[in-house]
Amino acid sequence: MIDHIIKSYDTELARLTSEIIGMGELAGRQLLAAVDVVERRDDRAARHIVDNDGTIDAMEHAISQDVVRLLALRAPMARDLRAVFAALRIAADIERIGDYAANVAKRAIALALAAPVAPALGLRRLADLAGAGLAEVLAAYRSMDAERAFKVWQDDARLDEAYTALFRELLTYMMEDPRAITPCTHLLFMAKNIERIGDHVTNIAENVWFVVHGAELAVPRDSRDTTADPDWPQLGRTPPVEGSQ
Amino acid sequence: MTELAAALHTADTLAPRNHIEVRGLDFHYHGHHALKNITLDIPARQVTAIIGPSGCGKSTLLRVFNRIYAMHPGLRASGQVLLDGENILDPRYSLNRLRSKVGMVFQKPVPFPMTIFENVAWAIRHHERLGRSDLERRVEEALRSAALWDEVKDKLKGSALGLSGGQQQRLCIARCIALRPEVLLLDEPTSALDPIATGRIEQLIEELKSEFTIVIVTHNMQQAARISDRTAFMYLGELIEVDATEKIFTAPARKQTEDYITGRYG
Repeated sequence: MIDHIIKSYDTELARLTSEIIGMGELAGRQLLAAVDVVERRDDRAARHIVDNDGTIDAMEHAISQDVVRLLALRAPMARDLRAVFAALRIAADIERIGDYAANVAKRAIALALAAPVAPALGLRRLADLAGAGLAEVLAAYRSMDAERAFKVWQDDARLDEAYTALFRELLTYMMEDPRAITPCTHLLFMAKNIERIGDHVTNIAENVWFVVHGAELAVPRDSRDTTADPDWPQLGRTPPVEGSQ
Repeated sequence: MTELAAALHTADTLAPRNHIEVRGLDFHYHGHHALKNITLDIPARQVTAIIGPSGCGKSTLLRVFNRIYAMHPGLRASGQVLLDGENILDPRYSLNRLRSKVGMVFQKPVPFPMTIFENVAWAIRHHERLGRSDLERRVEEALRSAALWDEVKDKLKGSALGLSGGQQQRLCIARCIALRPEVLLLDEPTSALDPIATGRIEQLIEELKSEFTIVIVTHNMQQAARISDRTAFMYLGELIEVDATEKIFTAPARKQTEDYITGRYG
């Protein structure tokens, strides 16, 4: 990309990019730390993660202000306009990712009060997939590599599959031992939070595609989270009741 | 009406007709190849903006549309510029007829050193013979269309040179539309005006496009974005890209266009 005639414009756009990267990296660290405290049952560290979410919110606020200033003072056009607009949307996605990471940490505090259950380890695989997707999409954003972003977008299916597998596993545990219901329900919510992080990662990938190509990424992606499908094996053995959801 | 004729009729009413069609236009002056094989459609009753860096040929293209160059020896245009299907570059197409159909407003307002009324009346008298009351009606109509009437109706006998820059420019537009042309050519009509006067002219352009086909050359890209339906980008005498304005300013197809409108060195 050729530089702008006005050099400070380039500086401001570059700063916006690095703010997004910094915010995204922090959200990624929050996610991995959250899963870590689930495993270590460390509620002090969990509270620290919850408090840290305020930093991510403040970063989003700063990015919004930068976007408004860029729009007002630079009147960006074409690719610049798309980049500024995408930065605003990506910051909102990362803010949500931060919220989900904090949610996991919050539930870790509750989970630590219950007896340990084996599937807690299954969260690690989900978080690794989501964290790798986030790191990869941030790299694609930094280099504005639409193909790399598209690959991340496609890879979300693996996270959905892992989530579905963990969902089944947790249901099985709950049916086997009613005392596992409380911890497994917390784990179910945590797993869903991490699965949602993957969806925000795909949103970021779509925004990278939009900046590069000036068009929306318009390929239907089959969601692998099939846990809400009507034909999904009902482990509870009760047949679905007419009219109930 | 046959089915085919009905279908054609429908298609015709849906898509705007092309008022001007430029076909393989080349323009030379004093050995300089200023316009290179330009092919461009100007839809009727829409605003088409032409943008591009200085020297790209945009003003030259505008001037070809009313054959101003014909007054100068050594200037040569080839190809076709079809106005309603007739080639205006053909010497048999009379300049008087062309000027009555195609009006032009320039960067710097140039009111004649006479009264406000006479500035408009003079232009009408040059083309038509009208009685006093018809003439007055036509002057009022033109000043109203140019959104100037309310500001000048009590001082029609005052000098046009006493008007502000923005008022003078609207007077020039009034003078132009008093002849009831079909096409209005605007060559940077607001570059000498303050933002408020510019806003008035832009509002006026929006109103005028229901009656006229408008082509505007502007260095102000935000202005092109604000007021035009289609935007053409020219560079070094070539037409690089033309498309819906929204497309040009959000996702242009050509890299040269993108570099120019985002303010990058080409």
